Amino acid sequence: MMELTTEATPVAGAPVLDVSDLRVRFTTDDGVVKAVDGVSFSLERGRTLGIVGESGSGKSVTSLAIMGLHRGKNVQITGEIRLDGEDLVTASPERVRQLRGSKMAMIFQDPLSSLHPYYTVGHQIMEAYRVHNKVTKAQARKRAIDLLGRVGIPSPASRVDAYPHQFSGGMRQRAMIAMALSCDPGLLIADEPTTALDVTVQAQILDLILDLQSEFNSAVILITHDLGVVAEISDQILVMYGGRPVETGPAAGIFGQPRHPYTWGLLGSMPRLDVGRAERLIPIPGAPPSLINVPAGCPFHPRCTFVATVGGHACEAQVPALEEIAYQHKAACHLTAEQKRVAWEALSDPLSRTTPDPAALPDSAAGVAEDPGDPDPADPVPVDSGDAPNPSEVEA
Amino acid sequence: MVTFLIRRVIRTILLLLAVSIITFGIFFLIPRLAGQNAAELAAQYVGKNPTAGAIKQMEIKLGLNEPLPVQYWKYLVGIVAGTHYNDGPSITYCPPPCFGYSFRNQQPVWPQLVSDLPVTASLAIGAAFLWLVGGVAIGVLSALRRGTILDRLSMAVALAGVSLPIFFTGAVALLLFAFKWPIFPGSGYTNIAQSPVGWVEHLVLPWVSLAFLYAALYARLTRAGMLETMGEDFVRTARAKGLRERTVIFKHGLRAALTPILTIFGLDLGLLLGGAILTETTFSMQGLGAFTVQAITNQDFPEVMGVVMFAAFFIVVANMLVDILYAVIDPRVRTA
Repeated sequence: MMELTTEATPVAGAPVLDVSDLRVRFTTDDGVVKAVDGVSFSLERGRTLGIVGESGSGKSVTSLAIMGLHRGKNVQITGEIRLDGEDLVTASPERVRQLRGSKMAMIFQDPLSSLHPYYTVGHQIMEAYRVHNKVTKAQARKRAIDLLGRVGIPSPASRVDAYPHQFSGGMRQRAMIAMALSCDPGLLIADEPTTALDVTVQAQILDLILDLQSEFNSAVILITHDLGVVAEISDQILVMYGGRPVETGPAAGIFGQPRHPYTWGLLGSMPRLDVGRAERLIPIPGAPPSLINVPAGCPFHPRCTFVATVGGHACEAQVPALEEIAYQHKAACHLTAEQKRVAWEALSDPLSRTTPDPAALPDSAAGVAEDPGDPDPADPVPVDSGDAPNPSEVEA
Repeated sequence: MVTFLIRRVIRTILLLLAVSIITFGIFFLIPRLAGQNAAELAAQYVGKNPTAGAIKQMEIKLGLNEPLPVQYWKYLVGIVAGTHYNDGPSITYCPPPCFGYSFRNQQPVWPQLVSDLPVTASLAIGAAFLWLVGGVAIGVLSALRRGTILDRLSMAVALAGVSLPIFFTGAVALLLFAFKWPIFPGSGYTNIAQSPVGWVEHLVLPWVSLAFLYAALYARLTRAGMLETMGEDFVRTARAKGLRERTVIFKHGLRAALTPILTIFGLDLGLLLGGAILTETTFSMQGLGAFTVQAITNQDFPEVMGVVMFAAFFIVVANMLVDILYAVIDPRVRTA
């Protein structure tokens, strides 16, 4: 498949995507919705960023802003989104359209509703390819068949003329991926790509994205509320809450030594196979905040159990800044570094056990984050690490 | 697809038979249920102060003395083979397809239907073209410019269009463009073969008045459909691919929004082909609608029955065509 990877890789190390202080606001009748409030990250080719958060945390809004898919007068986007050095926020809509599909592509949550029901899968892939490349229909068709084969669709030469409703859910998502990769984009955004799929298919799709990423050398942004998915394939993780980044860093760091109460909550509410059945999932109390009236101070404080630990009125009054707590690992929380370490050790204690054994409390912490100050993210952690081979850990 | 077609055609034929039975029943069974006997029915066709013999003769001639199923069967046979109305001294022949014989006008029904059809068809098809193009265009524009003055204005006009009956808008159109400024003739119809220009001149006002009524409805439907489909995930996908906005709107958005509109369009057109009664009356055109009115006023049962069958035929066939068109447009229907 040499022809699929023709585009030369830009200068090694230079980020393909550089987002700084991105803010997205919607003016509505009820007030201004601060959907994204100051998000920054950068991503190199071949790397994967996982953006995690509950519904309404601003994950999808961020990705749509990068793609330039927010439309209408009631949207205000500020900050910088640099794709290969070119700022998309200030670029003309026509320029962003040209980049869409060619240099950045996106796959969506529900492949059935995301594919047009009246056109064949092949037609839709060819359409994506032809809008950015001056090729004949025959060439585009060849490319479509090629891509369908590449994403693992059996007998692509005949499947190319099938309609989306004739495909299974997993095949539809494969077709979506083929469409997204048709122009060999440097950036692939996957917005909850496995949420609508069967558990057994989810792992296949994730593996496919990983395989293609290494083949096409693209940067991937994976948006999900599913920590299992993120753990499996991300290099970096960005945890968002109420439109703000609350914790960001290397995947191993986030899973090994999470330093934000919200991340702890997410980890605690994730079902795990290696923890005994007797363990209950711990839900995060309360509901995500309204993005019109974001709570003053830390947006998470109404649901946070550590407000008293911080003491005073810091949580209610002051927005915590993203502070580096380990190499490239930042968290926005008023707890002191020591308080965070102690709190996580206490919390992770029951989580880390492979069998429930209440009597063995002190010992069970043995393997967990013995040295939380250690900046080395390669710390052996019992929580799903990036290379966990077992796909069944994916949240159902 | 072939089995789908065959199934639809068979269903259509059965439907037409059912319609003919019901229509026949309305005209020939209900009078009997209401207590009229064959002689009383026949008496309507023999003029004033008829003799008992004349009535009996007419009864035989029309077959009213026979049981209803036999009468219906003869009616069906007449459609295929023609009918001889025989009362002994004279034989009246109604050539196939015989949809009855009007003994008031002393002529078979079918040729009258055929001669009036071009008027109605010209009116209906021309207006349908105008309202489909106009309505959809306005609907799309309104949807894309939602909330703007253009949107509000066109939706206000559309509301007026839906609410105003044709005998009002038609009369206003006549007042302005036929009498105050005599740009177009005020009434009548010219055969297209005789004078194409005259044909258009006579039809412009009826076309526009009728199209206004329907375009209003279609604009609202298109607008609602477009607003819905433009919010669909597949439209977002089309944008994410980097397609030009024009392609996104027309190829991806409108294509999906158009399906329900085509359904209604087929039915509306089929309905109109059976006779645009109000429009034809307003513009004094001798089409099927006017024919229907005259037949009803004259209590000419064979004519009324003939035109009802004719209209039913158009509606049923339009229905079938819409179903087939649906399968062409939407690949998901084909396999179903």
